[in-house]
Amino acid sequence: MTKKNTPEDQNKRDFLQVSTYALGAVGAASFVWPLIDQMNPAADTLALASTEVDLEALEEGQSITVKWRGKPVFIRHRTKEEISSAKDQLLDGLRDPQTDDERVQNDKYIVLVGVCTHLGCVPLGQKSGDVKGEYGGWFCPCHGSHYDHSGRIRKGPAPTNLEVPKYSFLSDTLIKIG
Amino acid sequence: MKFLKFLVIIIFSINFFLFGRVFAAGSKIEYPEKNWSFSTIFGSFDKASAQRGFQVYKEVCAGCHGMRLVSYRNLAALGYNQDELKAIAAQFEINDGPNDEGEMFTRPGRPSDKFLSPYPNDQAARAANGGAYPPDLSLIIKARPNGANYLHALLRGYEEAPNNIKVPEGMYYNKYYSGNLIAMPQPLYEDGVEYLDGTKASKDQMATDVTTFLAWASEPELEERKQLGVTVILFLIVFSILSYFSMRQIWAPIKNKN
Amino acid sequence: MSKPKFKNPVVNWIDYRLPIFTFMNHELNEYPTPKNLNYFWNFGSLAGITLVTMIITGIVLSMNYTAHVDYAFDSVERIMRDVNHGWLLRYIHMNGASFFFIVVYIHIFRGLYYGSYKAPREILWILGVLILLLMMATAFMGYVLPWGQMSFWGATVITNLFSAIPLVGESIVTWLWGGFSVDNPTLNRFFSLHFVLPFVIVGVVILHLVALHRFGSNNPIGIDVKGKQDTVPFHPYYTIKDLFGLSVFTTIFAAAVFFFPNFMGHPDNYIPADPMVTPAHIVPEWYFLPFYAILRAIPDKLGGVLFMFGAIMVLFVLPWLDKSSVRSSQFRPLYKLFFWILVIDCIALGYLGAKPAEGIYVILSRIATAYYFFHFLIILPLLPRIESTRPLPVSISTPIITASSNASTVMAMREKK
Repeated sequence: MTKKNTPEDQNKRDFLQVSTYALGAVGAASFVWPLIDQMNPAADTLALASTEVDLEALEEGQSITVKWRGKPVFIRHRTKEEISSAKDQLLDGLRDPQTDDERVQNDKYIVLVGVCTHLGCVPLGQKSGDVKGEYGGWFCPCHGSHYDHSGRIRKGPAPTNLEVPKYSFLSDTLIKIG
Repeated sequence: MKFLKFLVIIIFSINFFLFGRVFAAGSKIEYPEKNWSFSTIFGSFDKASAQRGFQVYKEVCAGCHGMRLVSYRNLAALGYNQDELKAIAAQFEINDGPNDEGEMFTRPGRPSDKFLSPYPNDQAARAANGGAYPPDLSLIIKARPNGANYLHALLRGYEEAPNNIKVPEGMYYNKYYSGNLIAMPQPLYEDGVEYLDGTKASKDQMATDVTTFLAWASEPELEERKQLGVTVILFLIVFSILSYFSMRQIWAPIKNKN
Repeated sequence: MSKPKFKNPVVNWIDYRLPIFTFMNHELNEYPTPKNLNYFWNFGSLAGITLVTMIITGIVLSMNYTAHVDYAFDSVERIMRDVNHGWLLRYIHMNGASFFFIVVYIHIFRGLYYGSYKAPREILWILGVLILLLMMATAFMGYVLPWGQMSFWGATVITNLFSAIPLVGESIVTWLWGGFSVDNPTLNRFFSLHFVLPFVIVGVVILHLVALHRFGSNNPIGIDVKGKQDTVPFHPYYTIKDLFGLSVFTTIFAAAVFFFPNFMGHPDNYIPADPMVTPAHIVPEWYFLPFYAILRAIPDKLGGVLFMFGAIMVLFVLPWLDKSSVRSSQFRPLYKLFFWILVIDCIALGYLGAKPAEGIYVILSRIATAYYFFHFLIILPLLPRIESTRPLPVSISTPIITASSNASTVMAMREKK
């Protein structure tokens, strides 16, 4: 049947059929996007992405844990010794070199996402009786990562420092996370 | 053309079936039809009207009717900016808690909060309204047949009852309500609200505005849906034409033999 | 392997061990199909594609749905308002159910018109009726999930049908509910069954296809394929025709989804379920209306239920009720007439099912119900005795010849046999 056709006919035929199938493929592919996108965070989830915390009652040497995006956020009112220990630390030999100033907005308060950067466990160190690890900050019991007073990784398998969430001070003692 | 004939038969019989159902379900009361901007194919909401409607809802309806499915942040779709949304939300005292002491407390609303309901639960709503439950308005336009026209008519349907009808205590005569006796007192009066944009708050204006607002609340996806719909259908028409001619081409050798 | 079948060596390697490509090539590519199929034969593949669409959108909706009486309604509204493209997925699923029934009903009436249920395709037909039953159960339970007023009262009324069974009826209903009314346990089990039944349907659809491919499609003339000259390979001839049909169908479907998404639904289902208040006028979804009319036409609880289920049961035995050896209505003038009366009867039943059960509608429902069973149980068995069928053509590829010459050819064919 096709043999009788001139090459020109053949071209026209190929063009029409190929564009039909191509358009069909485009249509099917664009139907796939909503199926994938529905698994992304929904509008109400995104709207809840900020939390306000009042630090008025948080005394020196105390820590609180608040929930933000379903994860614990550590806020610690650091003592003078902890601040100076964190500030004085030399960057040499740190696995993920960052100065303390890069990690805090107000020296008194350190705000960290309380999720170990190794495999996502919650480190110990918020309560006074907790094991705080060899550097006095936080210690992850799952695989033994040690963090210092600035939440920097010092020993153990975690690759990076504890994450500092996006936050801002609305007043001296009121912060908004997210 | 054979295919067209076929298509006409199919569509005709489906319509017959479906419209039969619609007529069957239709009610006896006729509402005046209004040309709503959101009812057309390329429909969209009149944002200024919806903002005024929100004001009517807030100042008149919200005393009894909640809108528990709508959040303050959703109002962004009506053209409010983030600061305005925060200010609107902050006007309401939202219940929250428990706090660290285990107590419930109230705090100013945030855009992520749902609209504050006037009553803590259905029973309280009934108790405060003589046993009649003021329905939640989040879906009211979708939850009534011919919803927009119905609500618009209902809000303007309060009249003196005809002599032969006795209106019991706590009931009101409304010519568009099924059975004509409604437990809701007339909500809208001339200049019942003072519009922020200076529009004259006639009864009809307020009914139109609040209907527009509630239509948006029922179907916040409407504009996006219709825009996407036009694109999708244009695409499918092109695809139908292409596949039709491809089919003709592929079948040509078979058809020609006969 | 004497000769590689496929050009691609990887495909060949796999196919030698797992002949999936040979199978697909045989069933979807070479598969000889009568060349005279009309557009009514598109609805089989359309039904299959609709089923897949329903399953895909259903799975993603279930990722966002909460099956609990306190959260179900709100979780559906969250899908409509907050989930990315949630409104689109839900409207596709919701309208998809209606379109699935439109497609399947056309598919069934096509089978009735062209006698596709006759030997040797009886099991193919029975599997199809089974699919319809499973679809109805699935659709009914799906409609309960949004937990609106119609969901709740539909579930209450339909489950109460089983209370008509003598002696054990009440116990069965309590068992179905998992309590003393439609409540959270009911919603949970309906969600579970609504999720799993579509996969059972897929299983029966596969059997339906196996049975179909045993003897191939019936065709508008209704005579068997005589040889290669009567068929074309499925691909590309019917793949492109199905693609064209699909594109037209999808256009109509999209018009409903994007512009009239609630046209086939009921406003009351946007009111959260309230076990204390029944809506004034409850109707099932449109695709159940003919059966609902039959239920209400019988003035006896058990009788109504039996007749309603009987309306489907009668389809199971249809191949043995209609004994005419001629398949297609084209050659059965009387059957054709009765076929169209049946179509009108079914539409009338659908219309009456939506009307209140009072006055003239009750009488009309009874007449229509009686005719429905009269058609299947009396007319069809008697018809072959009184009907003189028109002469059949020799083969699909033979052009239609005049009646007289045709008759002699048929005679000649018969003598040869």
